[in-house]
Amino acid sequence: MEHHTATSPTADDSAGDTDVFITGLWRQNPVFVQVLGMCPTLAVTNSALNGLAMGLATTFVLLMSNTLVSLLRKAIPRQVRIASYILIIATFVTAVDYIIQALSLELHKALGAFVSLIVVNCIILGRAEAFASRNSVRRSLLDALGMGLGFVFALLCLGSVREILGSGTLVGIAVLPDGFEKWVVMLLPAGGFFTLGLWLMVFKRIKREPPRATETQP
Amino acid sequence: MDERPNKTLKISAAPHLASGASVERIMRNVVLALLPTTGFAVYAFGLAALLSLFTATLTCVLAEHLLCKLAGRPSTVKDWSVVITGLLYGLTLPPGLPLWMVCLGGLIAVAMGKALYGGLGYNLFNPALVGRAFLQAAFPTAMTTWTPAFSADRFTSLPGSMLAPPFGTPHYDQISGATPLAAMKFEQTLSDTVDLFLGLTSGSLGETCSLLILLGGLYLIARRMMNWRIPAGIFTAVILLSGLLHLSDAQAYPSPLFMLFSGGLMLGAMFMATDMVASPITPLGCYLYGVLIGALVVVIRLWGGMPEGVMYAILLANAVSPLIDRLIQPVAYGTRRSKDS
Repeated sequence: MEHHTATSPTADDSAGDTDVFITGLWRQNPVFVQVLGMCPTLAVTNSALNGLAMGLATTFVLLMSNTLVSLLRKAIPRQVRIASYILIIATFVTAVDYIIQALSLELHKALGAFVSLIVVNCIILGRAEAFASRNSVRRSLLDALGMGLGFVFALLCLGSVREILGSGTLVGIAVLPDGFEKWVVMLLPAGGFFTLGLWLMVFKRIKREPPRATETQP
Repeated sequence: MDERPNKTLKISAAPHLASGASVERIMRNVVLALLPTTGFAVYAFGLAALLSLFTATLTCVLAEHLLCKLAGRPSTVKDWSVVITGLLYGLTLPPGLPLWMVCLGGLIAVAMGKALYGGLGYNLFNPALVGRAFLQAAFPTAMTTWTPAFSADRFTSLPGSMLAPPFGTPHYDQISGATPLAAMKFEQTLSDTVDLFLGLTSGSLGETCSLLILLGGLYLIARRMMNWRIPAGIFTAVILLSGLLHLSDAQAYPSPLFMLFSGGLMLGAMFMATDMVASPITPLGCYLYGVLIGALVVVIRLWGGMPEGVMYAILLANAVSPLIDRLIQPVAYGTRRSKDS
């Protein structure tokens, strides 16, 4: 995890609030650009709803931990900062775990161990270390919101494709005709890898900078 | 921009004698070697085989052409390699597979098995098997429903399942016949070895007739266009391992001859495992690679959940073939392998 946090991008101090938000949502999207948090990205996106729930749970933890870390950034000694961040994150993950159980036991079963595993999600620790520990509370909140929604967006992208092809439904509603032959592979782990790879390809293509005019084509 | 390999640079073990072989010439010969098997597939399964094989090959060729154009490279359709991919892919499919699945798998084979890696010479896995593996994981029911061979009306009518609407569920109008391996695994009945050898059983389009596949392989070996060490390694491992098991308990484990001539082993060993790009380069590496495939086939068939394991065995061995090559680095003449390495 350490090497991720070391290279994790930090928004420029002079950047505006909108910039901080957009950076997380799109420019440095945690899944499609930073390729962080692969475990939940691949494991719980077999339906759009699971992906959405996972994304929102992570966003909640991210918002809370970024706020608290930013508030306490002058009080936490440098030497024990990682342990302190983990403690803060684990507190909110426990809370989220209970909240999901209270809201829907079915959803809690579908997400399984992956709710608890939000503790070790690189995105959260990465934002605490690279952003919240050196920025104001307001900016840390915006950063958490951008990164969190960026994560939700990515999980929804994967979850919808996998659910439509694997079950013929979207958010539980049938979208394809009855005779549709379900692609079982899309609900299996292999389908997660395929879908992630294809989405990464799509985003690489969208974000590709236009070729420079001086470059000559062979 | 141009990243195609330098055609004058050849990487091989000594002696460096050029045989004048080109990709195109070798591939044309492989197609020639596959013709008897293809012909038998059409004879055994009739129109279904003809249409499946034609669709598979056409899809692969078109996909290759379009993907090359999309990547801004010159089309590499003319080197015949994609024709082999398409034909081999078609031969591994069960007869009566819906045509839309044939198209989808062919597209996956070329796009994800070959083009994504950068085209011929860069693929990690045998593209034909990548396509088949995807179909096997996506549509397990359709991929294990076997239309029987030698049905009386095979030259006049198509199985209804083939013409399922795109992305629709196929409906099978015949009772499917179990393959010899499935019969062995689930019903404990062994097929006659002579029937297996001559291809009088059901199975995938091109895997049934061991005799013709062997002849095609031997032709390529005689023309030195196939590395005989790979099939030799596979057959040795299968015969030894299943022979030992058969000797230990003849009731529980089938004879080596049954293992050799049933399922896709012959086709896989001769034409899939020998994919020049995805197999090791060194002679010793080829033996090891073959033995690994043979051992995996026996293990998957006898103890795995599935009746057949040739496809996964070859794909796994493809994945480790660069490691095998690294393990067997030949020592340069005049130097010594350092002791600590």
